[in-house]
Amino acid sequence: MTSLFFLQLLNGIQLGVLLFLVAAGLTLIFGIMDFINIAHGALYMVGAYLAATLVAVTGNFWIGLMLAMPAALLFGLVLEVTLFSRLYHRSHLDQVLATFGLVMIVNESVRLIWGASPLSVPMPDALSGSVPLFGMIQYPVYRIAIILVGFAIAIGLATLINRTRAGMLLRAGASNSAMVSALGFNIKRLFTVVFALGAMLAGFAGAIVAPVLSVHPGMGESMLILAFVVIVIGGIGSIRGAFLAALLVGVVDTLGRSFGPVLLQWVLTPSAASTTGRMLAPMLVYLLMALVLTVRPTGLFGRKA
Amino acid sequence: MSVAATLSMSRGRLASRTGAAWMIFALLAVTPAVVTLAGDPYLTLTFSRILIFAIAAISLDLVMGYGGLVTLGHAANIGFGAYAVAVLSRHGITDLGLQMLGAIVLAGGFAAVTGAIALRTRAVYFIMITLAFGQMAYFFFVSLSAYGGDDGVALSGRSTIFGSALLESDVVFYYVALALLGLVYLFSLRLVSSRFGRVLTGTREDRLRMQAIGFRPFGYQLLGFAIASCIAAIAGVLLANQTEFVSPAYMSWHRSGELLVMVVLGGMGTLLGGVAGAIVVLLLEEGLSTFSSHWLLGLGVVLLAVVLFSPSGLAGLAQRLVGRGEREGRP
Repeated sequence: MTSLFFLQLLNGIQLGVLLFLVAAGLTLIFGIMDFINIAHGALYMVGAYLAATLVAVTGNFWIGLMLAMPAALLFGLVLEVTLFSRLYHRSHLDQVLATFGLVMIVNESVRLIWGASPLSVPMPDALSGSVPLFGMIQYPVYRIAIILVGFAIAIGLATLINRTRAGMLLRAGASNSAMVSALGFNIKRLFTVVFALGAMLAGFAGAIVAPVLSVHPGMGESMLILAFVVIVIGGIGSIRGAFLAALLVGVVDTLGRSFGPVLLQWVLTPSAASTTGRMLAPMLVYLLMALVLTVRPTGLFGRKA
Repeated sequence: MSVAATLSMSRGRLASRTGAAWMIFALLAVTPAVVTLAGDPYLTLTFSRILIFAIAAISLDLVMGYGGLVTLGHAANIGFGAYAVAVLSRHGITDLGLQMLGAIVLAGGFAAVTGAIALRTRAVYFIMITLAFGQMAYFFFVSLSAYGGDDGVALSGRSTIFGSALLESDVVFYYVALALLGLVYLFSLRLVSSRFGRVLTGTREDRLRMQAIGFRPFGYQLLGFAIASCIAAIAGVLLANQTEFVSPAYMSWHRSGELLVMVVLGGMGTLLGGVAGAIVVLLLEEGLSTFSSHWLLGLGVVLLAVVLFSPSGLAGLAQRLVGRGEREGRP
């Protein structure tokens, strides 16, 4: 029981760091440019497909992964320059509709190019297999690597944002973009950079998770909606909020699915507990969100509305 | 421009809108006859579907066009309506009226609870929260294995009206849907021009001012949100009957997005625009899907083009054309 708990806790943390990689770009883009991007999940999906293709073409996981990142960045930049830059001054509704249209276009294009059936990416030899953790559980090396890389990126991002001049601009832009632009900084260029960075992080998340999950059209959407939950809980524009909320959502979701039925057995019969547990588990993160918003309508680290 | 001229123009716009409404409803009334004469009675079902989505689009326009609340979870209500049919008929209640009552109670209750939480927030938070609540409802029905879970559930037949199986006829079903669309349209028209509707629209325009003159917008917005949800649930009852099949796919956020597209394409805040939008989007889907299984690609491109180049939708386009005609016709 305890070892299963640790196993699922690690799985939850792993989902959490992936969520953070997707949510980081989303929350900065929204915080700085007031731009709501429904297509952010598509960048995650494209990252996974690019990785699948590039790993297959080069025959080497590491080269494929390293090439997928700039490719995802380039894809994001092209979208920003050709489409999104026309939408900054439009209403949120227009942004939702246009990026929703983009989701349809990207999803169908992916089906056209790669087909509808899922792809799989072979795990690199160096990271296959599992190791004993805490002396009681075997945990896959690759998943540990995802967690470590995720934390490393989170720390890197936090350092960038909290310690550098560019990060200072980012924070200032996220809390008051009009002021930053009045002080003479080119907020549009700042945004292009942030957007490219966000696209690359989302694409990278898709790429590193490819060997663990199947790569399929529509994989971006479940991630996008969870990422929305994350940035709403964390408070829009806050990287720290996104990080904590991502871990919280990842852990609550994973533990809820595996232990919800067990916990419910305290009050229900086993069969009723397993049915109710299965029904409640996917809703847990939304209940969590509702709870947080009831107490703090702008999220944990959100600005006052 | 003088007050008199403004008045006469808005009166002219109102008259042209009533004219457009009569025209659309007259065309819809003769559709079954036309498609039967054209030798394709199957199209009656396609057009029933259009009527159903027109009802849903009108309801979304109430909350979004008049209330200013952009929701990405509206399709959940269609699902509530559809599942009200599936669940009640499984337990022997096949009467259309009772099923609609069940649908309204379910959707209204869900809207009251989630709306009360969502309305604590503004703008983009509201969009995301409605999206999340919609997904919550979606996952609830996905995990409801007694009713087919992910795969959905087939109905043994259409609902009955006072014990008779009238609805089994596609043509009768079509006219029932058309009558309901007419009722929903008239009801919504009355609602938006009532005091309630004006407070709602006033809140959309300037919340602070409404508060300053003594209104508490929260109650109005919540009631508007719930009424719209109930109307969408009625569309869901009809959709279950039209397809004789119910699945969680009815409530996915893609469906909510499609409803947004219908309203915006037709013209927000015009009610009739939702009807026009439903007609255009569904005919476009039908048309594109005969060309290619990748028709969503085409729909996405059309959507992008409309947002970028004609933000006020078809109604705006029509108004611009009509407005030009009026100006030219005037001495």
